[in-house]
Amino acid sequence: MADSVDISKGLPPNPEKATLEGQNKFLGFWVFLGGETIMFATFFGTYLGLRGGTADGPTSADVFSLPLVFIMTMILLTSSLTSVLAMFAMKKNNFKALMGWMWVTVLLGAAFLGLEIFEFYEYSVHYGLGYTTSAFASSFYTLVGLHGAHVLFGLGWITTLLVRYRKSGITLTNAPKFYVASLYWHFIDVVWVFIFTVVYLMGVGV
Amino acid sequence: MGENLSQPFTDSAMSKDEKIQMEQEKRVQITAFAFMIFITILAFIAVASEAIPYGFAVPFILLLAMVQFFLQMFYFMHLKDKDHGWPNAMMVSGIFLSAPTVISLTILLGEVKF
Repeated sequence: MADSVDISKGLPPNPEKATLEGQNKFLGFWVFLGGETIMFATFFGTYLGLRGGTADGPTSADVFSLPLVFIMTMILLTSSLTSVLAMFAMKKNNFKALMGWMWVTVLLGAAFLGLEIFEFYEYSVHYGLGYTTSAFASSFYTLVGLHGAHVLFGLGWITTLLVRYRKSGITLTNAPKFYVASLYWHFIDVVWVFIFTVVYLMGVGV
Repeated sequence: MGENLSQPFTDSAMSKDEKIQMEQEKRVQITAFAFMIFITILAFIAVASEAIPYGFAVPFILLLAMVQFFLQMFYFMHLKDKDHGWPNAMMVSGIFLSAPTVISLTILLGEVKF
């Protein structure tokens, strides 16, 4: 794992792990994801414990709308695929395709976030489900809002990378950064899989 | 340290075999994605349809969520690949701690009435 690289040999097949720094970023990020899993578990556990406590306010079955959640789910799942395609482009040293797929990922993520903000607005203004209305409301907004905050952070992160490296081409410095950002994006999608199942799908039938 | 680390490459060092392998991998990933979309639609139908009782739909959609979780982790996040020993160890310990966390919080909080 040298710290210098022979440019003439071409981009290594796994550019994200070609340097020691890249390997460290890769490993460190998985440590972080293991911890994130447990953090989200505490929020899921809290929501599951409190979701019945509606304090005469609206229940989950009153407010949740499946069509909206379905659209949000499809958008986020597709954005996960586009970041996979971006990583394939990166390994092939196709800088334009990497940037293109990453921008598509950002746009889909922004659409998802917009729909989530609209959803929260609908619930709080039209259905009277404020943050402090009931234990169900607080735990719902905290869990789904935490996920939304992750999406927002991911959007800022990927946009920063895209703007900073808009002209640099794929290097051994930025390849690990794009790779780790795409791992983060997949993790957001994995968390959403459990949110749409545990919160929304299990919430409409009660 | 770090000579030439910030310079772009003119082409890829991938051999022909590696390129073919990558195209296959790409096809597998897109198939996995199509399957994920399919089971997501299945989960929504199971809940939206009146014909399926809620008591059956809940375990069914939880199972689908687990399937999708493993598809995302193993395929999209490459946990199935070699040289992913430590990432696997991290996720296994994360899940190992998550399961009792979810169960105990659900039971403890659920016992208290608000």
